[in-house]
Amino acid sequence: MSKEIKISGAEAVIRCLLEEGVDLIYGYPGGAIMPIYDELYKFQDELTHILTRHEQGATHAAQGYSRVSGKVGVVTATSGPGATNLVTGIADAQIDSTPMVCITGQVASHLLGSDAFQETDIIGISTPVTKWNCQITKAADIPVVLAKAFYIAKSGRPGPVLVDITKDAQFELMEFKYSKCTFLRSYKPVPDFSINKIKNASELINKSKKPLIVWGQGVILGNAENEFKDFVEKTGIPAAWTILGLSALPTKHPLNVGMVGMHGNYGPNVLTNECDLLIAIGMRFDDRVTGNLNSYAKQAKIIHLEIDPAEINKNVDVDVAVLGNVKETLPLLTSFVKSNSHDSWINKFNSFYKIEYKKVIKNDIYPSKDGLTMGEVIKEINEASNGDAIIVTDVGQHQMVTCRYANFNKSKSNVTSGGLGTMGFALPAAIGAKMGAPKREVVAVIGDGGYQMTIQELGTIFQTGCAVKIVVLNNEFLGMVRQWQQMFFEKRYASTEMINPDFITIAKGYNIEAKKVDKRTDLKNSVQEMMKSSKPYFLEVRVEKEANVFPMIPSGASVSDIRLE
Amino acid sequence: MNEKKYTYTISIYTENNLGLLNRISAIFLKRHINIESLTTSQSEIDNIFRFVVVVNIQENKIKRIIKQIEKQIEVIAAFFHTDQETIFLETALYKVKSKSLFDEKHIQKIIKESQANIVTVSPNYFVIEKTGWREETEKLYNSLEPYGLLQFVRSGRISVSKEAMNISNILGLNTDK
Repeated sequence: MSKEIKISGAEAVIRCLLEEGVDLIYGYPGGAIMPIYDELYKFQDELTHILTRHEQGATHAAQGYSRVSGKVGVVTATSGPGATNLVTGIADAQIDSTPMVCITGQVASHLLGSDAFQETDIIGISTPVTKWNCQITKAADIPVVLAKAFYIAKSGRPGPVLVDITKDAQFELMEFKYSKCTFLRSYKPVPDFSINKIKNASELINKSKKPLIVWGQGVILGNAENEFKDFVEKTGIPAAWTILGLSALPTKHPLNVGMVGMHGNYGPNVLTNECDLLIAIGMRFDDRVTGNLNSYAKQAKIIHLEIDPAEINKNVDVDVAVLGNVKETLPLLTSFVKSNSHDSWINKFNSFYKIEYKKVIKNDIYPSKDGLTMGEVIKEINEASNGDAIIVTDVGQHQMVTCRYANFNKSKSNVTSGGLGTMGFALPAAIGAKMGAPKREVVAVIGDGGYQMTIQELGTIFQTGCAVKIVVLNNEFLGMVRQWQQMFFEKRYASTEMINPDFITIAKGYNIEAKKVDKRTDLKNSVQEMMKSSKPYFLEVRVEKEANVFPMIPSGASVSDIRLE
Repeated sequence: MNEKKYTYTISIYTENNLGLLNRISAIFLKRHINIESLTTSQSEIDNIFRFVVVVNIQENKIKRIIKQIEKQIEVIAAFFHTDQETIFLETALYKVKSKSLFDEKHIQKIIKESQANIVTVSPNYFVIEKTGWREETEKLYNSLEPYGLLQFVRSGRISVSKEAMNISNILGLNTDK
């Protein structure tokens, strides 16, 4: 073997990233990570670094990138505040199972524990919100640890990993040799499936008269959309989605019966408590999905297809647990079930839909009142995009409305902060989504509250020219909290009213084309104009101030107690 | 919902990794569960470490917690056992003024009856060691306490399970019996 030339730890970091096929990273420089940024400068032809305006923005951009591309999002930040600013995005990626590798600089190893300038215990801080984390104090450890980091982030149930590298380790010279990590003896990313359990599941499915599928992001993370569709179509079972499962099956698929959960559709929520078999696929029975667990699907047998053993019987006790990646287990299950159809059962969903349409949907998307509704904006986006756009949402009323009404033809098209509910997610996530799928249209739909949490990322859009379409649905309120205040706190609107700046001026300050709509007659043209633009575009829509999102399962209530008004 | 709590001894086999203690204790912290005792040591396998954690919780909770622990990358396996399923001990040290050993003849009787050992004797103090169950070390504590304890300390529980835990099999290690 030829003698290796010695390189710095910082250069080793870049070479590791290149070995892992990374060509785009998000981050923000600072003292303790300067050696790595110096190498980024040298490697800029091979590795693009996007300078966000805040480290939190870098994490959400990496998440958006990952969610649409399926690749690992990579973030770099400095020690101290740089590292702590990553925490929200890391926690978001953890709860939404997004593969991400964060690399933070750290003070030199001899200063560790001395309260040095910009020293913070990011390993301690990030432990509860990372899939794995590790501090490196010697350059020689960099390749092994980073190989492990990428393997852990993307394998099994994906998640965020943080690697903290002391400044002296970045400077230190080492002999570089890289081999990808494919095995750790203490870690089994995908549990073995049991063919007997799959057969048991198929027997329950074949016997069932009123089965209901609820699928989650596991279908998307497993790249199992086709396998899932085959299963749904062969069994003829109505299928409902969790917010993170959205777009895995086209919106217009005849067996797609809509969203479950707090602001989900009427039929799938009510009929969860009427089905005789619930087939949960790659979802985790989040409390926003189940409502009160004591009255959740108690009459039904439950099958759970899941990659993470810790999710089995965590919230809901199941009758048959099928462990494994749904990409492998679903085709087997499909082979054991008989072709079937459930017409009269599906008609029940249709009749619930008719009630929901009359009481809620019609008024949302074809309103007769004066004020603009969020729903009609989404309808216009649907028409302009033909359902082909990637839609990124923030958190709150607009998120629920968008997820309820947006049309999706393709998977990996819905990017939102589900489990953590992170306001400020959408704008940076949309940047990442556009860079992860440059040929696709990316529309960020954001409330006026969340928009202002990461509004500085307009700077990133300006600097990179990233052609995202930003739609701010401005109701001058923190709408979801206000809705709860109206319904459960006797309209005491504590700190939910917002006096907003002129968003158009701000967008123009960043040289982003901007337009405001406050009349229905201008809406269609404005949305179409935005969608036609090949550049970043900002559209503010002044919507009704005190509109509420329905249906709604009040917290603590049963899914079947969902309210339409 | 107020199901009965039991004492469980959790055994966790892990790689030797900095920060793993933090990661494991965070699982309990997140669920507001108090750790009654915790010890960590080398296990029967080279470079594999063993945590012994004692908690008081409901049966349905312990099962979920074990899965959360096993989910950690560097945890090889975790088990839980009731007191009936393990052999467990704690060690306590009692530091007493030497003067009382000679003045209070009763102390010698206490030591003898409790099957405790005198670890060291110096002109000023002597140290008694007692290994056994919690009730035994507590009984000795209560007996000695009236004579004045200079210091008292008790270790966390150490335990071995009656059933095999088969870590070598999990790791695919070839162990000659």
